[in-house]
Amino acid sequence: MPSTTRPLIDARDVHGGYGGMNILNGINMTLEADEVGVIVGPNGAGKSTMLKAVFGLLHVNQGEILLNGQPIQNLPPNQLVQRGMGFVPQEKNVFPSLSVQENLEMGAFLKPQNVKRMLAQIYEFFPPLYEKRRQPAGELSGGQRQMVAMGRALMAEPSLLLLDEPTAGLSPLYMNEIFDRVKQINAAGVGILMVEQNAKQALAIADKGFVLAAGQNRFTDTGAALLADPDVAKSFLGG
Amino acid sequence: MNELVFFINNVVISGSVSGSIYAIGAIGVTLIFSIMRFAHFAHADMMTFGAFMVLLLTTAFPAAGASLGVPTAVLMLPLAMLLTASLAVGIDKIFYKPLRAHGVKPIVLVIGSLGVTLILQGLIRLFSGTGGQSLYVDDRKEIFRLALPFEGARAPIVVTEPQIYLFVITIVAVVALHLFLNRSRLGKAMRAMSDNPELAQASGINTNTIVAVTWMIAGALAAIAGTLLSLDVTFKPDLSFFLLLPIFAAAIVGGVGHPYGAIAGGFVVGFAETLAVFNWNVLLRPFSDSLPAWLELPSNLAFVGTEYKIVVPFFILVAILVWRPTGLFKGKVI
Repeated sequence: MPSTTRPLIDARDVHGGYGGMNILNGINMTLEADEVGVIVGPNGAGKSTMLKAVFGLLHVNQGEILLNGQPIQNLPPNQLVQRGMGFVPQEKNVFPSLSVQENLEMGAFLKPQNVKRMLAQIYEFFPPLYEKRRQPAGELSGGQRQMVAMGRALMAEPSLLLLDEPTAGLSPLYMNEIFDRVKQINAAGVGILMVEQNAKQALAIADKGFVLAAGQNRFTDTGAALLADPDVAKSFLGG
Repeated sequence: MNELVFFINNVVISGSVSGSIYAIGAIGVTLIFSIMRFAHFAHADMMTFGAFMVLLLTTAFPAAGASLGVPTAVLMLPLAMLLTASLAVGIDKIFYKPLRAHGVKPIVLVIGSLGVTLILQGLIRLFSGTGGQSLYVDDRKEIFRLALPFEGARAPIVVTEPQIYLFVITIVAVVALHLFLNRSRLGKAMRAMSDNPELAQASGINTNTIVAVTWMIAGALAAIAGTLLSLDVTFKPDLSFFLLLPIFAAAIVGGVGHPYGAIAGGFVVGFAETLAVFNWNVLLRPFSDSLPAWLELPSNLAFVGTEYKIVVPFFILVAILVWRPTGLFKGKVI
């Protein structure tokens, strides 16, 4: 049945890179609202680069990216935040000298009237953050920092959350916790597009999986189908 | 007792005066560094500009302060702060912003700021002349002599009116800045941008706004420092320029990018200067009887002569860079 609503994100033939050198060579990606999309692939495939292109941190030379049907390629990040996008970078994802609460407040910079209500929601969602709310975020453990980073992005009530390797460097315990949280955020109606190294676990929660290689789509299917595909398993999931 | 009064007048008061001025200057330098990551050498001339605006306004309306009972120059200070803040934003738009848009290295901005220094100093000289002029145009500089209620205390503690304004305005400025940085949405965003500019942008913080706010605060503080310095002595077009070194020393001693460090650094440098040129003979003389006879106190026991005062911040700067390059408050390394 053809869908009448526009996809949340629709990237068509995206080419882009740094300083004239293209890293992305024609990537296509479609994600409906309420879906979890997972980008996997070998190192250097352009996974994080694609995420940055969606968030306006990388120049798109060719192709287009539509958010709810509106072209957004090459818009500055602060405008994308205004249009309902949240981004959690892989590294340097907190303000280290600001307290946990101040970090969260910065996430709602464009919606100051929301701060109180959203803070209460985030603290309910990530209880450890409430206890540490006055502590500088730089003093937290990796897993707690990831919570601060996700909390900060959620403060603006995004309709699409971009996560760049949210479980990188975390212990298995925290890793499961983060995957659980991602599922919960999605269940609350937020579309998720994430890059993950832990491909099997990530694809298990994915509505859509995008396997990239050399800046192009290699396989695109539902997460379950990709996990079951022997070709994908052999070349990208370590057998 | 008279020796103690001498010490208070020459070290405590005069150290607090230079310390306050260095601190206010250094806060501006450190804020600019933490947001734009370059050493702004034209800062001292923004101070001079602020004082010059006060001079112009005071000359235009010399009697304005009399009805309110404050020196006209102090009354004109808020207006001069506004003008200097606008100048700072304007300078950024014309000179630094195009450079940043090209993505130049910080050193290019530093050299650019040296150019701005020459322009500003030349322009101010062109209109003000090279001589000194008092900011007390129509009113008189009050001098307060506080006699101590002790027997044998003949000399009073001497504080001048501009010094009292300096202390009060410094405290007000520091408290206001503290509240701004920790309580207001823009102030927190400023600290956020200093911490992690990319993430600030990804949070939807408009970095251009933060840059403009930083220049406004730095400009307003520069006007305060320049004006209060010129009130304490007299206005000269190169007066503040000679404070550039101690101000940068203060910012680095405190830890670059750390506003509270800049305050501490300002007072460390200010007091080090006054303590180094203080004649310790005055304090030791009363005890000369109890000293061994072969030890004769030289009449001048200062560490350095007053004419070499400028080497003190140099010395502190070198010492800090060798032993603790991040400064007292763990700032960034320039």
